[in-house]
Formats: sequence, structure tokens, C-alpha cells
Amino acid sequence: MAQPAEQLPRPMLPTPFRVLETWEEIPGCMSLRVEPAGTGDAAGACAFAPGQFYMIYVFGQGEVPISISGDPARTGELTFTVMAVGTVTDALCAVQPGGIIGLRGPFGSVWPVDEIEGRDVIVMGGGLGLAPLRPAVYHLLNHRDRYGDLTLLYGARQPRTILYTDQLAGWSANDSIDINVTVDNAGRDWTGKVGVVTDFLNWRRLDPDRTSALICGPEIMMRFSAYALLDRGVAAENIHISMERNMKCGVRMCGRCQYGPFFVCDDGPVFSFDRVQHLFRIREV
Amino acid sequence: MTATTNKAGVISRDSLEGLFDALIARDYVPVGPTVREGVIVLDELRGVDDLPEGWTEDQDAATYRLMRRADAALFGFNNGQHAWKPYLFPPKAKLWEAEKTPDGGFSMRETPDAAKAFAFIGVRPCDLHAIQVQDAVFMAEQNTDPLYARRRRKAFTVVIQCGQAAKTCFCTSMDTGPRADGGFDLALTEILDADRHSFVVEAGSAAGASVLAEIPHSEARPDDLAAAEACTKRAVDQMGRTLDTTGVKDLLYGSYESRRWADLERRCLACGNCTMVCPTCFCTTVEDVTDLSGTHAERWRHWESCYTTDFSYIHGGSVRPTIRSRYRQWLVHKLATWQDQFGTSGCVGCGRCITWCPVGIDLTEEVRLIRDSERKKDAADGHVQEHPHASD
Ligand SMILES: Cc1cc2nc3c(=O)[nH]c(=O)nc-3n(C[C@H](O)[C@H](O)[C@H](O)COP(=O)(O)OP(=O)(O)OC[C@H]3O[C@@H](n4cnc5c(N)ncnc54)[C@H](O)[C@@H]3O)c2cc1C
Ligand code: SF4
Ligand code: SF4
Ligand code: FES
Repeated sequence: MAQPAEQLPRPMLPTPFRVLETWEEIPGCMSLRVEPAGTGDAAGACAFAPGQFYMIYVFGQGEVPISISGDPARTGELTFTVMAVGTVTDALCAVQPGGIIGLRGPFGSVWPVDEIEGRDVIVMGGGLGLAPLRPAVYHLLNHRDRYGDLTLLYGARQPRTILYTDQLAGWSANDSIDINVTVDNAGRDWTGKVGVVTDFLNWRRLDPDRTSALICGPEIMMRFSAYALLDRGVAAENIHISMERNMKCGVRMCGRCQYGPFFVCDDGPVFSFDRVQHLFRIREV
Repeated sequence: MTATTNKAGVISRDSLEGLFDALIARDYVPVGPTVREGVIVLDELRGVDDLPEGWTEDQDAATYRLMRRADAALFGFNNGQHAWKPYLFPPKAKLWEAEKTPDGGFSMRETPDAAKAFAFIGVRPCDLHAIQVQDAVFMAEQNTDPLYARRRRKAFTVVIQCGQAAKTCFCTSMDTGPRADGGFDLALTEILDADRHSFVVEAGSAAGASVLAEIPHSEARPDDLAAAEACTKRAVDQMGRTLDTTGVKDLLYGSYESRRWADLERRCLACGNCTMVCPTCFCTTVEDVTDLSGTHAERWRHWESCYTTDFSYIHGGSVRPTIRSRYRQWLVHKLATWQDQFGTSGCVGCGRCITWCPVGIDLTEEVRLIRDSERKKDAADGHVQEHPHASD
């Protein structure tokens, strides 16, 4: 029954990764491209599915959950987009190319990109919530022929906090996905739309039986978006959201990410709305 | 554990030292109940003399008092503040260390655990179940905590079957006692009457049987077994509290918006005592630190309580800023969501949270009040509500 010590898993021990490149996305928000620092199977070490996240450790500073924001088709490396909001994320945004960080993962459930093949897909992002959605968008576009109509509805606070602007413009230009961006408020030089992201659903034609939605953003944005889609006849099981909770382990052990019966680190972060709708109605779960 | 159900034996009071001798000879560190500063605690034991001979406790909500017994029972009490949890899941543990390397990177190594193998002596049946509840958390097929797993696999458990119950005990409601039928290495029942002081002993594993073989003992006679049965019956009869578990999961899933939580908020201090004394609570926080030179880093894991606002903090604030939502998290986790997470109740009915709550909040009473208030609500609504839950 006793196992030799070496065979026990070490779920809390990070693996060193080298930062290859960093760039500023928007003020206070950096993207980092990384690869395993050690030798070995880099592709295997970086395999993930859209929607998953890593626990990222900055030497001596701490560890935080960060979603993968890069293209799943680019093997052997990972890209993250990090907003500096506190101790660890500040330190992470300050890491220079060549620097080493520690990674554990990938963890969590995934955007159901395989299950929704053949369907129209509405991707709805709020603020930094576009980062965890981007691997799914890459996947949809990499396999464009497998899906029906593709739509991205994205809301940011201000024009200067719109993530991935060049890329959005590029995708928009090649017509394979319908891109719609709105901001909460803007100066006169903004020629785009001002309003909330759910406004886009008001006039949009959609076939509720053929439509699946992937939503990530602040909880309030996800609530309004999910209910707007329900109102349009999209079934709760075809609406998918990604939850955020405090996380210290990623492996169902620290208890911190509990959301009713769920551990968001492992049962989530992606949930179909029918599984969490009853909790979404209640405050402070 | 495989039950090598040999026939039950009897160890006399004077031969019980042989249990310690056999365990110490096998390099176990015996841990068990002993009296320190007016309470029965768990600590390392040298032998029978360290046991709380002739002591008992009076427990009730927010009450704990050590008292003298009229006899010389060695295990004539129930559960003190301490659970066995700290020995398998330390309150503070260094998980790993890292050193900066000249190339700008760092190397990491798991911190070896220096703890010896523990022999737990006098584990109450409810606490044995609590250990099994934590096994499901820390030794799940997918995710295993190496620190817990190593200590647990090395540990030897000697159960003491209960012959009495405290006013705070409700193991019969939770189906965890007062008698354990398996899952131990050895189980003792203390028999103490006018003409004998002895222990009926059963081995529950091969390791248990081999230890027992070294302790002087005789085969149990029918009257020994009858006396052991009478002990169990006495404990059942004395059971101080009950918790009606019928449909408790659905009851609590349906009670997130109950008015009872506001009432609890007026009494609960959010001190977290109930989570610290609870033998099943497993939540932790992680602290990453460096030394002054900045070249050596360590990761520490500490127990954490869901009663802190930090527990659920995400950017912008705590998910559960009010005490009512934190008490709700605790109670609903213990009795309802735990069942969906781990296939078992998170409460084993040990009663510690009742005794050690500074204001005497009693979960058995709170569940009763929630049940009553939901029943009244349903009656007022004129229908039975369907409670959505996540078990499907
Ligand atoms: C599944 C998941 C994916 C995430 N993906 C991203 C991402 O792609 N990009 C990104 O910038 N951020 C992401 N976050 C949020 C990010 O983890 C937090 O911003 C980060 O933990 C803040 O830590 P800090 O030390 O910088 O801040 P501080 O405020 O100094 O942190 C103190 C502590 O609070 C907790 N905490 C604070 N904010 C959060 C938060 N928002 N979520 C969880 N715990 C928090 C942590 O326990 C942290 O240790 C994600 C969070 C989760 C749960
Ligand atoms: S909740 Fe209370 S009675 Fe139940 S196991 Fe924990 S401390 Fe014991
Ligand atoms: S969430 Fe609270 S009640 Fe549940 S295990 Fe953690 S500390 Fe205990
Ligand atoms: S992050 Fe620790 S249990 Fe989910």
C-alpha cells in the first residue's frame, strides 16, 4: 500500500518557465509569452484547452491564477495577459524578457469548442474578460468551417482599455467573425458605440436553437448577458460563463474557490449557465 | 483496511502498558489524550501514566470544565478541543523551498517532512470518521497532498469505543458512533466495574493484529462482550444532542435566502473557532516569502477559516462581506455542499464547535430552526417548494 516517496504527486510545486517576450496591451496590462525553462517536451508541457488557467508564481512574491490568452495552435509556448492590480500581478507585469517565473497547471474546465461545432457562436467579453475568451476565438477561427455565424460582442470601460485592438481590427477586416465593440464612456474622438455590451443583442437576429454563447467578464456583466440571451430564447445549457474566485491551490484542496457545491478551480471556471443559474440569483455565495 | 477479524481479546488495565511498548518498539510516536492546564488535550505520550486517569469533562454550548471522576477510568471523557487533524494536516507547513540560480532562474525542492510515524491512541469513532472525511479531501485519486498522504499511510490508529457521551455529542445522528466497526488498526472498549478494569480489544488490520500479539491478553468471554455492548448502549442513551439529517442537503440548498441567517449574524462573532476545532475543516492559505538576501524563497501553507473576509477576497472586495453569508458558507458546506463535493457529510457530530463557540451557537439547534422556518414558509406559500440543487 505504501508508495515510495518519489511517486507521490507534488501539486503545489511550480515548474520554472522562461519569459520570451512581454508587451503592454493597455495601460497597466502586460502580455507575457513564456516557454518551459527546462529541457524536455515543450509542446506537452504547454498543452492546454481554451478557458483553462495556470497558477503563476513570481519568485518570493506569491502566486495568482491567470488564464491562458494565447492561441492553442501555437505549441510549445503559452501567452498570458495580466492586469496589474496588486502585489503579485504588479510583480508579474514587471518581469523582463529572460526572467523566470513558476507555473502550475493548466487547471480547470474548458470552453466547449468541440461540443458547439456546427452552431452559431456569440462570444461576449467584458473588460479583461476578453483574455480568457481569446483562445476560444482563435480556435473558432482556426477551424472556421466547423462553425456557423461567429459574433464577438465586447465591452470595455473606455476606448483606451480595449484589449487586442489591432487583432480585433484584423479579424473584423477578413469577415470571418462579426466584431462589435462598445465602451461605457468616451471622449468626442471616439467614433464607435457607447453603451453596455448587452445592447448589441437588442436588434441582432439570432436563431436561439442554433446559438451557443461564451461569456466572460465581471459577474454583473455575465448576469445581464446571460439573462438577455435567455430572454432571446437561448437555452441555459447553451450559455457558458467563466467564474472568478479566490484561489490558492487549483486542485480542490484549499477550499478558497468554493461556489456552492463547486470548486471553481476544477469544476470551473467555465460553467454552463444551467449548472449555476440557481446560485447566480443569490448574493454572497 | 482489511478486517482480520480475529476473536476479540481482553487486555487488563495493568497490561495496557504493553500497547505503548509494542508501538514504541516499532518506532511509532504515541499521541493521545492527556491533561494540561485544566483541559484534556492531545499530545505525545510516554505511556499509560500520561493518560487522563480519573478525569472527565462537563461540556455544553460555550462550556468546558474538567472534573474528577469517582473511578480511575483512563478514557472516561469524550473529546477535548484538539482533534487529530494537526498531526496529519499541520496548521503551518513549509511545502517547498527555492533558491535563485546564477543564470537568473531558480531551483525548487519539496521540503522533506521530518515527522515520524504517529500512533494515535484513543481515537473516538466520530474522529476516526473525521480522518476518513479528510482522506477524501487530501487523498483523492486526482489530487493528493503528499504531506498528508505520507503521514496518513504511516499512522497507526487505536480507537477507543465510547462508553459515555457528552451533552454536545450527536454521533448517532451522523452515523459515526459511538462504536466504530472498522477502519482502525486496534479498537478498545474500556470495561470498568466493581470487580474488573480491562479493555476489550479488536484488531482491524494486519498491523493491528501483529501489535496485539505482543500485548498480554486473553480471549474475550461472553460477559466481556456483553459489558462492551453495555458501554455502547450507555453512550447511545447519554447522547446529548440530535440533528435530524433527513433531507438536510436539500433543506440547506433551499435555505440560502432564509431569514435565519440575519438572526445568526447578530450572535456570530466570526471568530472562526468552530473551523479551527473542527476535525474536518481543510481550508488553507498560502504564504510565499523570501529571506533578506532575496535569493531564498519558501512556500508555507496555513490553516485558514471561511469566517475571514480575506478568505474570499478578489479584486474589488470580499465575495462574502457579511457575517451572515460567512456563517451560511460554513453551515451549508458542513452539511450540504460537502456531500456533493466528497460524497459524505462534512460534519461527524463531535460537538466541538458547540463547546468552543464563545457565544454557544449550536448547529443542531440552527438546523432545527431553519427547518421550522422553511416549514412555516412552505405552509404560508401553500405549496412545497422545489429546491434546485447541483447533485444531478
Ligand atoms: C480562474 C482565474 C483566472 C484569472 N485570469 C486572469 C487573467 O487572465 N489576467 C488577469 O490579470 N487576472 C486574472 N485573474 C485575476 C487575478 O488572479 C487577480 O488579479 C490576482 O489574484 C490579484 O493578485 P494580486 O496579488 O496582484 O493582488 P492583491 O490584491 O494584492 O491580492 C491579494 C490576494 O487577493 C486575492 N485576489 C485578489 N484579487 C483577486 C482576483 N481578481 N481573483 C482571485 N483572487 C484575487 C489573491 O488571493 C491574492 O493573493 C484570474 C482569476 C481567476 C480566479
Ligand atoms: S461541524 Fe462541529 S460537530 Fe460537526 S464535525 Fe465539525 S466541530 Fe464536530
Ligand atoms: S469553507 Fe469553512 S466550513 Fe468549509 S472546510 Fe473551509 S473553513 Fe471549514
Ligand atoms: S483553488 Fe484551492 S480548492 Fe480551488
